[in-house]
Amino acid sequence: MTIWQTIILASIAVLALKLLGYLVPPALVEKPTPARVANLLTVALLAALIVVQTVGGGQGIVLDARVPALVVAAGLFALRVPFIVVVGAAALVAALIRLWT
Amino acid sequence: MGLAVAAYGISFGALSVASGLDIWQTCFLSLIMFSGGSQFAVIGILASGGAAAGGAAIASGALLGTRNALYALRVAPFIGGPWPKKVLAAHWTIDETTAVSTAQKTVAGQRAGFWWTGVIIYVGWNLTTLLGALIGDLLGDVSQYGLDAAAAAAFLGLLWPRLKQLQPVVVAIGAAVVAAVLIPFVPAGIPVLAAAVVAVVVGLTNWLGPRREAEL
Repeated sequence: MTIWQTIILASIAVLALKLLGYLVPPALVEKPTPARVANLLTVALLAALIVVQTVGGGQGIVLDARVPALVVAAGLFALRVPFIVVVGAAALVAALIRLWT
Repeated sequence: MGLAVAAYGISFGALSVASGLDIWQTCFLSLIMFSGGSQFAVIGILASGGAAAGGAAIASGALLGTRNALYALRVAPFIGGPWPKKVLAAHWTIDETTAVSTAQKTVAGQRAGFWWTGVIIYVGWNLTTLLGALIGDLLGDVSQYGLDAAAAAAFLGLLWPRLKQLQPVVVAIGAAVVAAVLIPFVPAGIPVLAAAVVAVVVGLTNWLGPRREAEL
């Protein structure tokens, strides 16, 4: 699949899900289970994406400059530092470690 | 909220270009998909697995977009109107528009909250995506040095505000473990999809969940 095909199909899927909510009967709103699963799906996917992005590499787990960078990012988020500053700081930490090692 | 969205937009644009998408593809995602979490997921998986991971990228983007369907259920009753209006409303049904509109007390306030938030975020998100993409394009190879760490930090930033109760924290840890264990054995993109099972199991059984669902 090409990049274009991927982003077009993914965009259609996300749009279709948004439209779906306007098509199904509103009685579903009363049910807490679908809402809980959807909220937890977001949490699970983001957590998995963090892991893959931090220790994934080729065909296995690689521990490198990304790990300390993520630790720094977690510390900064805990201190309520703004998003873009944290993202920039994480990039900088990883880049500096790679420069010096 | 505007500043936060601008920061996400610039980060998304820059990371997307560094993930191998061109500026057009990056802007297409913000214009048409228009759902931050899903967009970050798609470019994250394409960055790790390339075009070959397209199927997993689509599935992950869609799974992260399922919550928009539930938001739509909540806002649909006060949006009303003819179908073209509903389609535009659907396109703009995201975290921010739902949060602002459902916090209003009157129907008129809910409608105004939805449409004003929608137009401001849509325009802002797309302008900052373009700006970020241009910056990423300009930085070129320089951005590669810390890019993967920046993407991980961006995902952490999206996850952080959702970890206020025990249940999501447990799901996050469980999902992280599942993904880490699978990385050496399955193709790129699959560990993320497999981690979704943790959310489905805990969500359906409401393990460690509150007795009554808290409002969003």
